[in-house]
Amino acid sequence: MFDTLSEKLNAVFKKLSGKGKLSEADVDAALREVRLALLEADVNFKVVKEFLARVRVRAIGIEVMQSLSPAQTVIKIVNEELIRTLGEPAKIDLSGEPPHVVMLIGLQGAGKTTMAGKLALHLRKHQQKPLLVAADTRRPAAIQQLQTLGKQLDVPVHSESDTVPPPTICINAVKRASDGAYSVVLLDTAGRLHIDDDLMHELEEIKQKTKPQEVLLVVDAMTGQEAVRVADEFNKRVGLTGLILTKVDGDARGGAALSVRSVTGVPIKYLGVGEKLDALEAFFPDRLASRILGMGDVLTLIEKAQENLDQDQARQAAEKILKAEFNFEDFLSQLQQIKKMGPISQLLGMVPGFNQMAKELPAEVTDAQMQRIEAIINSMTRAERQQPEILNGSRRKRIANGSGTSVQEVNQLVSQFKQMQRMMAQLKSGKGRGMFPGFPGLGI
Amino acid sequence: MFNFLKRKDQVKEGLTKTRQSFLSKLTSLVVKNEVNEEFWTGLEETLIGADVGVETTVALVDKLRGRAEKEGARATDRVQAMLKEELLAILRIQNPEIRIQNSLPRVVLIVGVNGSGKTTSIGKLTNYLKAQNNKVILAAGDTFRAAAVEQLKIWGQRVGVDVVAHQPGADPGAVAFDAWQAANARHADYLVVDTAGRLQTNFNLMKELEKIARVLQKNDPTAPHETLLVLDAITGQNGLQQAREFKKTVPLTGLILTKLDGTAKGGIVFAIAKELQLPIQYIGTGETLDDFAEFDAQEFVDGLFE
Repeated sequence: MFDTLSEKLNAVFKKLSGKGKLSEADVDAALREVRLALLEADVNFKVVKEFLARVRVRAIGIEVMQSLSPAQTVIKIVNEELIRTLGEPAKIDLSGEPPHVVMLIGLQGAGKTTMAGKLALHLRKHQQKPLLVAADTRRPAAIQQLQTLGKQLDVPVHSESDTVPPPTICINAVKRASDGAYSVVLLDTAGRLHIDDDLMHELEEIKQKTKPQEVLLVVDAMTGQEAVRVADEFNKRVGLTGLILTKVDGDARGGAALSVRSVTGVPIKYLGVGEKLDALEAFFPDRLASRILGMGDVLTLIEKAQENLDQDQARQAAEKILKAEFNFEDFLSQLQQIKKMGPISQLLGMVPGFNQMAKELPAEVTDAQMQRIEAIINSMTRAERQQPEILNGSRRKRIANGSGTSVQEVNQLVSQFKQMQRMMAQLKSGKGRGMFPGFPGLGI
Repeated sequence: MFNFLKRKDQVKEGLTKTRQSFLSKLTSLVVKNEVNEEFWTGLEETLIGADVGVETTVALVDKLRGRAEKEGARATDRVQAMLKEELLAILRIQNPEIRIQNSLPRVVLIVGVNGSGKTTSIGKLTNYLKAQNNKVILAAGDTFRAAAVEQLKIWGQRVGVDVVAHQPGADPGAVAFDAWQAANARHADYLVVDTAGRLQTNFNLMKELEKIARVLQKNDPTAPHETLLVLDAITGQNGLQQAREFKKTVPLTGLILTKLDGTAKGGIVFAIAKELQLPIQYIGTGETLDDFAEFDAQEFVDGLFE
């Protein structure tokens, strides 16, 4: 998408003078394309209008820098303004005396209960003692759902019969925490429509009686234009302190975040990025901005690499590559490190220009291929891995049988590996420094 | 009959909210009843604001501009009537031919992303089918999410139908297989299979879904007879991507559009209908069993202009 947006902008500017100052006409032509990109990302149309008005004021008359094209200049301004609008990241506020009450609210199906579990785990990792509170007495089995999550996490859950009014349950839970046994009380409230007066009143009551330090609106990243009205209503009636965006692991562009943030002004605190209970990420405005503009998520990729790659191993591998001593064992350990970062398809999706390709060419190809390569190497003896040249016909046949692949596949891997070794030998004489030189079969 | 009327009323009431906001916007556009640039801009914003999407909106507005010029329409109410025709034309899709009518149990597979309202919709759909004197069996195929099996069992109790379930974490394919056997042995008319919510980008979970459909075919090669994608009306442009990916994985026959009692308009269904020829089969308009109805395109579009 970044490619298409920047290509579109390039096309717009091709007709124009190019360098010098951005004129009104230049900017308006460019912003028409930006408008479409934002609308396609589900940013509310009114928010888009206000946003573009701000960008327009900033962009008109600006000097196009020597190093940038006019299109890049506009994208830079749009991106900066987007980051500014998305606001600074913020963590849960746990200042003052415990217990801290945190209230999770939102529409049905936004992901409140799962998020309550994730926050409990996150807070416990930060030396807090969370108490989960099952305040959703409406949805069938919502209480059991939270209880099950509590059991999985080994976090206590306060629950009462589903005939007890939710405000009473919440008050009792806070009482239970006030003797110091728990430091954070997480209220999982029932999903409700922002226009349901009775249920909105119930939230007001819970808030009034439990005095939460945080009232967090849980918003599905796939939400469309209505995000604005939903957030506005919840904010007006209950008063929000923060936002949580869920299901960010999907391919929604997440423009709702910009809408919701614009209309409420409260900070985005966390992102839900998967069904597992540790799939919780801090929010970084620059990354979300890139995503809304469709620019991929290079920063996340870099961070994932830093988190998961063993620096020492990487250095050793690099040294071996330089000495052209790289064997199948080193290769296997590199493969495993990359795998720790997540499915290849997901990694590709984070690279600008690759996200479309990653969609067209699903995990099927790359991840399965990786698995087969691993299986083949795992079926080799240590001697074979260290000295690939001893791999004769009968050894290859045994490896194919052992790994559930064919002799052809083993042959292919060995010949590709030899090719790679030759490349490394060339690197040795050149100035190569890559940790993972391109492996033809993987296309990376 | 009385029940049917009651249901109709509830559904109507739910839809009114959707209509009102759409309607008020459009009427504010037609005060002058003169087609000008302001009108077109307003029309475009109304459609985009309803999640119809840029591409579909631009296509619609272009077509209407063309028609207005050709037919010499200068009054906004004429153009509005045209818009209604065009919207209706998009939604008017032949229901896919139902395969082997008399193969029993008829298997209905329910799929969708997390939180779209699959389990609740199953409760309501089952109630709906049962009211037409069908014997229904439910398969608790969401073995992943905490307490999803319990949730379906509660709906089963409310409606009064049997639920076939395994332990949490069990293979959903195996649940579907056993449930079909049970439905067949008990001479059920319908087997409705619940599945875990999954984002369409999750390759492994999409493969799992494919497997559930495959396993059902071991019992009856014509199954699943209906595969319905449950879509939350508040979903934005990602709804199209959802429909595309689920359709690639399982033989989708239509949509259930849920949560229409809110203020969301569900405009993405136009893009889905246009590109994928998927009809909306049912709509959900609330949390109780009766907040459910067959989709009526005429009513839906009329509602936007009432």
